[in-house]
Amino acid sequence: MENRPLEYDYTVAKWFMLTTVVLGIVGMLVGVILAWEMAFPAVNTIAGEGLAEYTNFSRLRPLHTDAVIFGFTLSGIFATWYYIGQRVLKVSMAESKFLMFLGKLHFALYLLVVVAVVGSLLLGITTSKEYAEFEWPIDIAVVVVWVIWGMGLFGLIGIRREKSLYISIWYYIATFLGIAMLYLFNNMAIPTYFASGGVGAWYHSVSMYSGTNDALVQWWYGHNAVAFGFTVPIVAMIYYFLPKESGQAVYSYKLSLLAFWGLMFVYLWAGGHHLLFSTVPDWMQTMGSVFSVVLILPSWGSAINMLLTMKGEWQQVASSPLIKFMILASTFYMFSTLEGPIQAIKSVNALAHFTDWIVGHVHDGVLGWVAFMIMAALFHMAPRVFKREIYSKSLMNTQFWIQTLGVILYFTSMWIAGITQGMMWRAHDEFGNLAYSFIDTVAVLHPYFTIRAVGGTLYLVGMFLFAYNMYKTMTSSRRVEESELQNASPMGA
Amino acid sequence: MFHWLEKRPFFFAVAVFVVIAFAGLIEILPNFAQASRPVIGTKPYTTLELAGRHVYIKNSCNACHSQLIRPFKSETDRYGHYSLSGEYAYDRPFLWGSKRTGPDLMRVGNYRTTDWHENHMKDPAGVVPGSIMPAYRWMFKNTADIDTAYAEQVTVNKAFAVPYNAEIPMADGSKATVALADTVEGARASALEEAKVITADMKDQDVKDMVEAGQIPEIVALIAYLNSLK
Repeated sequence: MENRPLEYDYTVAKWFMLTTVVLGIVGMLVGVILAWEMAFPAVNTIAGEGLAEYTNFSRLRPLHTDAVIFGFTLSGIFATWYYIGQRVLKVSMAESKFLMFLGKLHFALYLLVVVAVVGSLLLGITTSKEYAEFEWPIDIAVVVVWVIWGMGLFGLIGIRREKSLYISIWYYIATFLGIAMLYLFNNMAIPTYFASGGVGAWYHSVSMYSGTNDALVQWWYGHNAVAFGFTVPIVAMIYYFLPKESGQAVYSYKLSLLAFWGLMFVYLWAGGHHLLFSTVPDWMQTMGSVFSVVLILPSWGSAINMLLTMKGEWQQVASSPLIKFMILASTFYMFSTLEGPIQAIKSVNALAHFTDWIVGHVHDGVLGWVAFMIMAALFHMAPRVFKREIYSKSLMNTQFWIQTLGVILYFTSMWIAGITQGMMWRAHDEFGNLAYSFIDTVAVLHPYFTIRAVGGTLYLVGMFLFAYNMYKTMTSSRRVEESELQNASPMGA
Repeated sequence: MFHWLEKRPFFFAVAVFVVIAFAGLIEILPNFAQASRPVIGTKPYTTLELAGRHVYIKNSCNACHSQLIRPFKSETDRYGHYSLSGEYAYDRPFLWGSKRTGPDLMRVGNYRTTDWHENHMKDPAGVVPGSIMPAYRWMFKNTADIDTAYAEQVTVNKAFAVPYNAEIPMADGSKATVALADTVEGARASALEEAKVITADMKDQDVKDMVEAGQIPEIVALIAYLNSLK
């Protein structure tokens, strides 16, 4: 082998970086519209009565969740895979025409699916299952995209030079397998057009499972889609980017082993916590509750491993906005994985379930942990991919503080809203009658809905700063030499 | 052992898969047959009700309304008897929801009427002052998809033996039958008959005219579905 550094091919990584930014803005913009609609219902008809069907809260809501999960986050996962994969396996995509072709095909088909999803959700074509709303033709396309990614992933692993798989690769493999298993089983459905001999809409299907069974499978999926979409691949990112950017070795290999296998084993049991006090069997609910609490261990294992990686180098948190993003992400990961298990305790869940506290929990996880880590990853990748320094450090700092404030406003207002409403629902007067009508418990939330909408808007403003910074980095920033790209990313003022 | 696995991606992947698949097998599989058995008095949906259920899904009503009453006094006081597993036997997909921005609808048919829904869907805040629910006026114009509802009935009847055209035991000891038409034309005709019963209690003249002309607006199907939730 020649004694020179490998030239990695980042073509596909660049494309997915672009969709990460664009779909991130789309998903969060829709989210902000939804937040204002809840605070001020007149926003529902903001585009006029004629378009009310498409700007209405209920039609946009699945679009928001799916755009952030399968648009922003998944693009981020793919972008980082096409970057990290080559580097830790010590092999370039350019070495295999076949893998390069798969990568490009992967991106093209992914884009097609995104367009199909946006169109169908706006038209109200949905199965109603959360994060699994797509009807069967799109499901089949999703499976194809996933298999192509898997072929590329295992293909690259197959031709690797570095024989030992780095921690991040473990997590990418788990992401691939986990989502494949969950998605297939949860979306099992029979197309009614074919089963009925050609009657009705061709795209309609009916779930293979009914009632309580359907709920069980759905939340086994829904909970673990969070595991393998919002946790596992994001942990893959932080295990690569934090040591790289800080120049520090991962604190403990044994802790990473424990956290990985612990997470794999424990996470899948915890889905039952979405169904506490429902009609699924009691033992399953208890298992879901208990395993949720156990889940703190592997989650904190990874997070603590990351924080301790910074041991002795904490001044970097003050000096580098990129390290700030990652440390805040790791901190929010700890916070969110403590809050979740608390909500999974039966007596707490009785109060919290169905309220905005759950919405708050999702958002401190996704905005604080997932999105912060993905943006940090893109910031780290940009100078290496575009061979230019990050356009503006001060803009990064501004973005960091605006978005941090946004997240804090979001989850604190939703805590108060959720607990207030939960308490009001269960309040009885001295005669044992319900103390409040339902609408009383809605009216009281107006200030919190407004604060949340402000928080979300701040976060979106940060997204625009992020997009601008990335755009300038790509097009007009100072060019850098390979020697500047060792650890800390080069940044302009 | 882990060092060995880390150099062998195939066995590594197998190990990960076994570890993650394990929980699903143990938690989900054993209960499947029992959980899907209907309780006495649970009937499958008629064509019009099912079309209304599709309208409910199309507009993600489940994003804000649950259909799951938990066994607490505060919930049974507000919404009625707590939910039983068998009551959902014919719900494909389940519509429990995960958020109550609005109230639970599991038994809304017990305490809301056709004309209440008509007024409410047109102008929620006019009926419930302070409501943040948006209006759904397009449902008064769009036509419901009866054919797809019929296709679904045929499918579940064939694939899952959902008891259409069969006697179903009711709570009071009587028997009820939900008819499934032989042809899609038959299904359209029976859905129209059902729709006429609903529109008799409605005020909107355009809706009445549409039904007279043989068209069923989405709102009529939706109300048929909501009225069936008991």
